[in-house]
Amino acid sequence: MTLSERMYLPAIAQGLGITLKHFFKKKATINYPEETRQRSDVWRGLHVLKRDENGAERCTACGLCAVACPAEAITMTAGERKKGEEHLYREEKYAVTYEINMLRCIFCGLCEEACPKAAIFLQDDKLAPARYERDEFIYGKDRLVEPLKTTETK
Amino acid sequence: MDSVLLIYKGIYILAIFGISLLIATYSTYFERKIAAFIQDRVGPNRAGPMGLLQPLADAGKLFFKEEFIPAKANKGLFILGPGIAMLVAAMSSAVIPFGDTLIIGETSFDLIAIDVNIGILYIFGVVSLGVYGLMIGGWASNNKFSLLGAIRAASQNISYELAMGLSLIAVLMLSGSLSLKVIAEQQTGFNWNIWYQPLGFLIFLICAFAETNRTPFDLPESEAELIGGYHTEYSSMKLGMYLFAEYINIFVVSAVMSTLYFGAYNFPFMENLRNAFDDPVLGNNVVTIIGVAVMFAKIFAFIFFFMWVRWTLPRFRYDQLMKLGWNILIPLAILNILLTGGGILLYEHFTK
Repeated sequence: MTLSERMYLPAIAQGLGITLKHFFKKKATINYPEETRQRSDVWRGLHVLKRDENGAERCTACGLCAVACPAEAITMTAGERKKGEEHLYREEKYAVTYEINMLRCIFCGLCEEACPKAAIFLQDDKLAPARYERDEFIYGKDRLVEPLKTTETK
Repeated sequence: MDSVLLIYKGIYILAIFGISLLIATYSTYFERKIAAFIQDRVGPNRAGPMGLLQPLADAGKLFFKEEFIPAKANKGLFILGPGIAMLVAAMSSAVIPFGDTLIIGETSFDLIAIDVNIGILYIFGVVSLGVYGLMIGGWASNNKFSLLGAIRAASQNISYELAMGLSLIAVLMLSGSLSLKVIAEQQTGFNWNIWYQPLGFLIFLICAFAETNRTPFDLPESEAELIGGYHTEYSSMKLGMYLFAEYINIFVVSAVMSTLYFGAYNFPFMENLRNAFDDPVLGNNVVTIIGVAVMFAKIFAFIFFFMWVRWTLPRFRYDQLMKLGWNILIPLAILNILLTGGGILLYEHFTK
């Protein structure tokens, strides 16, 4: 080695230069809850049960989504629509309970493809967030059905 | 008159003590921030705005942790270790001149806690006591990793103190005084010692890294092979004291380097600024206050350099560390003394 190589000081200065360059570089971190990474348009996130244009639930509890589900995450019980409930449910048969276990779900989107009534969709802007208890991951109708649109936001 | 000075000294000492504690506290924050920035991360940013309350959260955590003392440990010495480390770290900033004199009314106040004529010897004496804190703590833990770390710390500090002292002698030959205040006063304007002692400064800088147990000389606490080195068995605030003492030492050694080689509170064109004021008292005070800011800017620059190096260089192997200290730095320091002596002789030969 030459003298300057054996002194190591030029190499140390070079190393310091590299670290200083990184010091001023743009950071790779995304501060998650405040900012989110840009997602694809076909991103398959949290499920939603849609309503039709009159605000009635589209789901008719046919069970095709549960059959299509490879992870067996979907369960439901069907019920018959009573008189006077036409504004709530579109078809004569509807889902009394509809549950998706988010710990089983693999977000493949097969339920969305199986649905004949265009009732279930995987949203591209919402995720199933982390929680403390396992039973909190079983999403019922209270958390799956799309909220009713008010007149202002229509 | 005397009582005024006494009260002033008391307040000044408290202020310096508080400032060194504050700087040590926030050094932990900046260490983490600088580490993160160099590694393309953002660092702590959750506790308070920009994570500025992080040191408080850390200290609170350390205070509430379990105070664990190993069953076979020597209890008295185990408690004494971090105490000594902290005490000597806080003592050493007493003789550093952080500024020139402030003139208020008839009285002039020196911005130095104790102006002893052997200031630099005092610092060296106190700093070398610090190794007792590490040694006692490591030995009293009754743990082989602690003992190994303590032995490494002691031998490393003693080895590098030699080269450090020898590099210092060249500065003392130039200044002719051991008082830090006199050394600072001699470097007016831009007439800093670094222009006369570049080699001496380099040796002193390398030794300062070794003395403060910082990377690339952090073998006493190399966590990869020694778990935590001398503080393996320590927990709670006793561990905090050791870490704190290390950061105060960095602050002190940065202040010493600024004073010895980088002109302490002196800055270029300070005389022009002083003469620009019609009132000499006002001019003096303005220059002094800017000087204090300049001194702290230099200290912070050195602290940043310490952290910057930590995240750039890997650790030495132990034999390399000893070889660098004894075979390279000490002969270089002696060569530097000879060169300085020759330079002084030539200068006096041709000017007188």
